[in-house]
Amino acid sequence: MKKVLLGNEAIVRGALAAGVSFVSGYPGCPSAEIGDEFGKIAEANGVYAEYSTNEKVALEAAIGASFSGLKSLVNMKSFGINVCSDSLLPLAYTGTKAPMVIFVGDDPSCWSSAQSEQDSRGYAYLSHIPFLEPSSPQECYDFTKLGFEISEKFNIPVILRVTTRVAHQRAIVNFEERVKSEVKGEFIRNPHQFSTMPPRVMEMKGELLEKLKKIEIFAEKSKVNFIINKSASSKLGVITSGISYMHTLEAFEEMGIQLPVLRLGFFYPLPRKKIAEFMKGKKNILVAEELNSYLEKEIKAIANDMGIKVKIFGKDILPEIGELNTDKILSATAKIIGKKITTFKVKQINLPRRTARLCEGCPYWHVFPVLKRIAPEGTVFGGDIGCNMIGALPPHNLYDYLFDMGAGLGISHGVKKSTSQKVITIMGDGTFFHSGIAPLINSVYNKSNPLVIILDNRITAMTGHQPNPGMGKNLMGKDAPELSIEEIVKACGVKNLKVLDPINMPEFENTVKEFLGKEEVSVIICKRICALLARRQAKK
Amino acid sequence: MDKKTFNIILTGVGGQGIITLLQIIDEAALVEGLEVKSSELHGLSQRGGSVEAHVRFGKKVFSPMVSTGKADLIIAMEALEALRESVKAGKQTKILVNEYFLPFLNSLPKEEILKQLKETKKNFYLIPASQDCKEKLQNEIVCTAYLLGYAVGKKLMPLKKESVMQAMKNMIPQKYLDLNIKAFELGHGN
Repeated sequence: MKKVLLGNEAIVRGALAAGVSFVSGYPGCPSAEIGDEFGKIAEANGVYAEYSTNEKVALEAAIGASFSGLKSLVNMKSFGINVCSDSLLPLAYTGTKAPMVIFVGDDPSCWSSAQSEQDSRGYAYLSHIPFLEPSSPQECYDFTKLGFEISEKFNIPVILRVTTRVAHQRAIVNFEERVKSEVKGEFIRNPHQFSTMPPRVMEMKGELLEKLKKIEIFAEKSKVNFIINKSASSKLGVITSGISYMHTLEAFEEMGIQLPVLRLGFFYPLPRKKIAEFMKGKKNILVAEELNSYLEKEIKAIANDMGIKVKIFGKDILPEIGELNTDKILSATAKIIGKKITTFKVKQINLPRRTARLCEGCPYWHVFPVLKRIAPEGTVFGGDIGCNMIGALPPHNLYDYLFDMGAGLGISHGVKKSTSQKVITIMGDGTFFHSGIAPLINSVYNKSNPLVIILDNRITAMTGHQPNPGMGKNLMGKDAPELSIEEIVKACGVKNLKVLDPINMPEFENTVKEFLGKEEVSVIICKRICALLARRQAKK
Repeated sequence: MDKKTFNIILTGVGGQGIITLLQIIDEAALVEGLEVKSSELHGLSQRGGSVEAHVRFGKKVFSPMVSTGKADLIIAMEALEALRESVKAGKQTKILVNEYFLPFLNSLPKEEILKQLKETKKNFYLIPASQDCKEKLQNEIVCTAYLLGYAVGKKLMPLKKESVMQAMKNMIPQKYLDLNIKAFELGHGN
């Protein structure tokens, strides 16, 4: 079949063609289309798919599936790998039984990410797990299949690290129909392999490092690390990966030049010999790499170890902040080869910035202005991830800090303990289930008294309306137990609790005033459906 | 079409249907047997803020993104966003603008936006797509199809009418197809 597919849709096709039978993940940008698509097609394809409560749980679910003999795909955005890393590292030690591919979507330039401009490739060094980096939707498809192949061959999970410009790129993809997969597995006891108790854990580390040597030999031969324009000028060679490869080719096209390029499909382990061979006899090397200088440092070390005399350029002429593009790579190349170029000058005009805003009819419109108006001077506001992030932007300008999922309340506890100021902290229903419960317990247990506002809009909205445990539906559209946030909050030991509809402003206002005077932590659950969801349901 | 890659930037406000428009152009290029790549943004960046998507098609396309100044056509769904994007328009760039205003806090008045657009001396086509769709089809949101029809009709974009019609049939759900085709025809005949 040949179709225009989004990179993430190509990942889904690749997993189906590889015979995946277990899919778990947590929605984020740029990864959510993978889980969302499986939610629609899983049942018809005999696949099981879920959105788990968070990325750690999602990975653990897939580990269970792998140990039981099912091929699994885990999907998450960049920060998800931080959340699941506690289980990721031991997984490298135990290895997989049935193959597993883990999709991690990085977002250079932070188009849809607060928090940090994370370069998740660093986890390769921390975990010793192979990393592949596709450059196009076609490679999203091919590399997913390759990931399963490597995982099967070496009994190790494989991470597909994909950036926004590949995950959210559309292009023509050739793909095959799905391969029938196993539906039921069997767990066969093997604590020798599945349990990381010392002293066995040290042996396992040895086994992992041995495995990696073999995977490096595989990488040396792999077609995904390839050279183009081999016989062109020896003045400059470019080593690149991911979307930067496409920008490099575009830059050559614009300049009307052809230079040798080594495209690395493997980020880890690197084909060190192939890289050394490529560098030999060249005067200059440009490492065209987005974000951190991982490749550049490795390549410099390889040149040094092998005694190759070559000048290596990287972050000295390419930015470490923000995504790369054709213009940036073109200027860097021109600088090295001494070619004069005329760059397009953008005439700056001063226009008001149009930032993200709450949708028309959003229930949060009833919450933010009230809080701002009635909070006593000096009140500290904690924000969290999700649609409530928009509270950080004009006209609200509400938050004093905003970190990662669940962190708002965690930090608010610390502020409350350290000061005598009033603290109001906000989180959504999705975040509450993802990572909001542990900091709530901490506030109760360690006796601080922030006012927690849980904005329960009945769905995980920001990432594209995914189901969560508070809704009574699961990813595959089936009925599921509807977990009550109210009951959970009560069970955490919270005494001051009110569930209300924020459209009832006097009630909301009075409750905020009352709870701000409490000695213990208090919680207001503002329960009102997301306006977009309500409109969609009305249409049905 | 000739050898050169054709570069389009779509701009507007999150929620205006830019991704659907992009999908139709992608599909039309596929129908014509061309290579096509496009780049879009989802999530936070889509929630009512400025958005920009890129489409490139031709014999051979490498990067999914249009280099600064290299757009052949900019389609702006909103006037202030057209002005914002206009700084990246080169000599060859045609800018098709929906004469439509989505004001926000500290936004500029209509007259000021139109005045500044004129002052840029760029190659603008200012079309009341939303207004026309509202009056004649009682639906503003299909202005994307209207603008596409206009671009194809005025040959601002080297895609055949039949290919785009086929792409709409392939991409748009049956119950919205008729309305979109009407909007396309309305723009095409303008």
